[in-house]
Amino acid sequence: MSSTLVAATAPAIEAHGLTKRFGDVLALDRLDLAVPAGSVFGFLGPNGAGKTTTLRILAGLGHASAGSAVVAGVAVGGGGTELAGRIGYLDQDPRFYGWMTGRELLTFVGRAYGLAGSALSSRVDEVLETVGLADAARRRIGGYSGGMRQRLGVGQALLPRPAVLFLDEPVSALDPEGRRDVLALVGSLGGRATVFMSTHILNDVERVCDRVAILDHGRLVTDGPIDELLARHARPILELDPEPGQADAVARLAGALRVAAWTREVREEHGMLRVVVTDAEQAAAEGLLLVVAAGVRLARYERVRPTLEDVFLQLVGAEAPDPEAVA
Amino acid sequence: MTGFGLLLRKEIREQVRTMRLPVVVAVFAMLGLISPVFARYIREIVEAVGGGQFQGMIPAPVVGDALAQFTKNIGQFGVLIAILVTMGSVAAEKERGTAAFLLTKPITRGAFVGAKALAIGALLAIATAVAGALCWVYTALLFEPLPLAGFSAAVALTWLSLAVVAALTFLASVATRSSLVAGGVAFGAFVAAGILAALPGVGAYMPTSLWGAAGLLAQGTVPDLLVGPIVANVAFVIAAIGLAWWTFRGQEI
Repeated sequence: MSSTLVAATAPAIEAHGLTKRFGDVLALDRLDLAVPAGSVFGFLGPNGAGKTTTLRILAGLGHASAGSAVVAGVAVGGGGTELAGRIGYLDQDPRFYGWMTGRELLTFVGRAYGLAGSALSSRVDEVLETVGLADAARRRIGGYSGGMRQRLGVGQALLPRPAVLFLDEPVSALDPEGRRDVLALVGSLGGRATVFMSTHILNDVERVCDRVAILDHGRLVTDGPIDELLARHARPILELDPEPGQADAVARLAGALRVAAWTREVREEHGMLRVVVTDAEQAAAEGLLLVVAAGVRLARYERVRPTLEDVFLQLVGAEAPDPEAVA
Repeated sequence: MTGFGLLLRKEIREQVRTMRLPVVVAVFAMLGLISPVFARYIREIVEAVGGGQFQGMIPAPVVGDALAQFTKNIGQFGVLIAILVTMGSVAAEKERGTAAFLLTKPITRGAFVGAKALAIGALLAIATAVAGALCWVYTALLFEPLPLAGFSAAVALTWLSLAVVAALTFLASVATRSSLVAGGVAFGAFVAAGILAALPGVGAYMPTSLWGAAGLLAQGTVPDLLVGPIVANVAFVIAAIGLAWWTFRGQEI
């Protein structure tokens, strides 16, 4: 096998037994990870799972207590500038020099990566346009809103066209429009760069990522392509949408569903019942009978495709991150 | 030291844009200016305020008083300013998160530390030079012109004493994540150095002892013990910055 082929098929990010201790606290427990080159990788987990710790180690800001990692062909923790020259990094709460303007900051970043002259100024213009800050480019960053700072953060990470882009909660401070734009941008990078994105927003992950890893208490719970995870872990879901004004009857139905042998979990979400089913055939036979017995009038009764949130809940067993809202 | 030039330019622009450079230079200029003025007119001021009560009690001012006032002012306010401008240099960048932004770029940690140390040294050098120049001019106007070479050497020694304080503060700023802690540690160490300066033998090598040597040099007298204290203080500055780099090299950001 030629070395070129090896390079093309080698994972962009590889971690072996990555461990991090903060005193007595085990923040990361023997993490093994292989992120294929060109993928948009979602890194999920509840608060304190170790996501940011992982990102900081992989970006060269923190040190692993044990284990090793290779990013874009460079061993992490070796010192020097080789790793930084191949990555873009966006912090969870990006902070920049308030006295600089947005354009000055991007120019500064471009120079750090060796850009100069017209190549630098045209790249800065392009990035400002891409992240929607062209109009604010000459304003001091100190006067930027949180959302503008986050857009600038995405811009500075993208500017050098990195082989690997680390994004820690890249859309957490953005309004819906900004979120849509940045996610579209992140999604479009697939195939050209490897994106490693940590987020609490599961819908965003489903929208743009092709692969995910779920981390809990510093341990990798599962990883793989989203469709594969859904096929592997997700159980059928029934959604029951009752007509309004039947609170007692709906409570009766929820109770009956909870004790049924073919259900695993019944969640009440915004007046709707979401039932995780363990036996689809039994559910098909008995589900509607329970509805009728409880006297509930339904606007909708549907078997739906399980979501990443369902998989997350099943695997982590904790409260899921809000699928929509900012954590 | 990849990125050193880029970071040094950034540090200097930051000093100008955030008004740190103009403000520090202005304060030092004021210290340089008022030192000879204060020395020259203190007797008149006290006698005027005292309504004749202190008539003849204060001796007529001499050029040495202007120099003593200058080193006293730099020793109090200059040291405080050196601590204030240095204590947040690295700690604040770590606190705010801008260090994480910088260190994920192809910039070495050595360049980060070196550019900051050099920029602070240059800031204090400019400020001390301006203060010294104004002090020399006003001393010449109000007393007599001092030998220029000796006075320049005295100003350089004064800068060296401030550089020692700044280097110590810089090390504390690298070692901690809090500007206040860094400032407190540096101030405590400076007070300790002041106490050590009273000890025979070791005292002559403390940064505060450089002021006495500066006073003699300014008046054209070469002190008996000069090279040793200079070498010791320069070595301290280099060691402190080297230790800061070594500490920062393996630090979690």
